[in-house]
Parts: sequence; structure tokens; C-alpha cells
Amino acid sequence: MEIEEVYSSRQLDEKEGRQINELIDRSQQPIPDPDRWLEEELERNILLTSVDAILNWARRSSLWTVVAFPACCAFEFITTEASRFDLSRFGMEIIRASPRQADLMITAGTLTWKMAPQIKRIYDQMAEPKWVIAMGACAVSGGIFASSYSVVPGYNRIIPVDVYVPGCPPRPEALIYGIRMLQEKIARQSLIAEDK
Amino acid sequence: MTLALSGSDIAKQIEEKFPGSVVEATDQNLMVEAESLFDIAGYLKDTPGLDFDYLTLITAVDYLDCFEVVYNLTSIKHNHSLVLKARCYSRQNPTLPSVVGLWRTADFQEREIYDLMGISFEGHPNLKRIVLWEGFEGHPLRKDFL
Repeated sequence: MEIEEVYSSRQLDEKEGRQINELIDRSQQPIPDPDRWLEEELERNILLTSVDAILNWARRSSLWTVVAFPACCAFEFITTEASRFDLSRFGMEIIRASPRQADLMITAGTLTWKMAPQIKRIYDQMAEPKWVIAMGACAVSGGIFASSYSVVPGYNRIIPVDVYVPGCPPRPEALIYGIRMLQEKIARQSLIAEDK
Repeated sequence: MTLALSGSDIAKQIEEKFPGSVVEATDQNLMVEAESLFDIAGYLKDTPGLDFDYLTLITAVDYLDCFEVVYNLTSIKHNHSLVLKARCYSRQNPTLPSVVGLWRTADFQEREIYDLMGISFEGHPNLKRIVLWEGFEGHPLRKDFL
């Protein structure tokens, strides 16, 4: 029949379903936040070099965001990006459509398990070093959907998260504060540190 | 404003054409037997004077002892509407005839009902999950899902 040709193939659906179920099985525990090196004051002081300082300054001053905004917090991010809050003050006016050119993922919105493999793939495609800001209640913990059958309870189930910004949605000021926190975190990073 | 037709009035016509197929008829809706649902839907669509040429939406309700599928029909030609209902009593394998052959709108919506409520539509050309993924266990909008 002609009609049947317009539908996607069942094999493709079953393959997708298998991938999602495998990801769910792998993601039962949250991934630890990459912040161990923040506490390692002694080691950091010994190894701190001016190279670190310059590199971290360059990295934190031009954080480019990847386009991966699954739900409604995206609008708050768009507001942050637009002229009233003007994210370009922080060297962030460019939003990259390609994950290869981005080093920050702002996970704005609810993530369903069906969408999770794509988000994980985008994260995996980003070049190191890369950071993640979990924006909004859904991104932090799943929010009001935390116990739902279809929603990922927090992005840290599938990707490591650096900064959590709560709110439903967070005000643009809150997001900017989160970005400032991330910049401070990057400033304390060392080339030879264990994480990143 | 679209005129909502009385189910009781249309039930008389249906009862003449398909004896014994009307389960319940009120001013708000018309409930018919599942077996004759497709024929009645076709009759409502093609009969001059009724001409329900547009299927606004399909939805389903879980009453625990039965599933009820609700068809909201509209006639763009006459600017009137009707709520058509059908029930199926099996919990293991609830089945209703598909109306994709009459209204293409039913395609995705019947798949959604199949996905979330677990009602099979006989004669649907592509009955598979639409919102959830293949391999998901259960039908989450059923009241006994959790």
C-alpha cells in the first residue's frame, strides 16, 4: 500500500527503543559532580602556573553554548541572551549550532528518556574541555516530573553537571549568577588536575 | 457557533438504520456498540444532512470496569457537532474498529490511545507506539498502571 510507505519502519523504532532501555538501565545512579579538584587546595597551590591562569581566563571568558534546549526554560535562556540581560557581556553572545564548536551546555528544560540519547550524544560530541549548567528544577532533579515514567530525574543521570541553577524557570539573573559561578569554577581549574 | 446536535435525535436515525446498535443516547452524546462503530461512523460521515466530515479529536477514558473511547465529530458543511462514544469491556485485550479509513486524523490519535491506554484499533494501517518508545512496558494512562 502507498499509505504504509510514509510510516517509519518498525525495525528502526525497535532499535531506538532498545537504545533507550539500555540507557535507562545504565543511568540508575547520578553521575558524581566534577568538583573534587575544588577541594584540593594544597595540590593546586603547588601546581598553579601562569599558564593555568591565562588558559582559564581565556576559557571562562568565551563560553560558547551549544543549541540543546529541550523544553520551556529555553525561553528564559533566550531572554537572558537578548538585549535586556545581554549575555554577551560575559563573552557568550554566540550560540553554536554545532557541538564541535561549543564548550558549554545549558540544559534548559525537562528531559524525557526518549530524548536523552540525543542529548547525551550532543554532549559526547562536544570537544573537551566542556561544562554543563543544569538550568531549572527539571534539569536539577526532574522537578515536578521526578517520579514520572518518562522523565529523566535530573541531567546528572546521563551527563556530569558542573553548576545547578534552581527555579521553575530560573530568572535570567539566576542563570547569569550560575554562569558567574561556573566562571569562578573554571578559574580554579588546573591543567594537571584529575578531573578535566 | 457550532450547534451541538442532540444524541437522542440522531439515535432515532441510527436505530432505524442499524437496529440494536445504540447503547445510550442523551442530549450530550450518543453511545453505540463497538461492533457497529465503524458502520455508524461511516453513516454519520456520508449521510446528507449529517455530513460529519471532520473528526475534531478522539480520546479515551478508563473507568476500570471498561474503556470508553470518545469521538468528537464536526460537520464543517452544516456547522454542527456530535459526541460519539463506544465502550470495550476487556482489560487484557480491548479492541475497537479503527476509523482511519474514514478520517485520516484518527491515525496519530488512535496510535496515541494505543500507546497510553492500550486499546487496539483493528484495521489501523500502522498501529504502534507514538509517544513512548518501543519496549516500554505497560500503558501509563491506565488507572492501574502504578
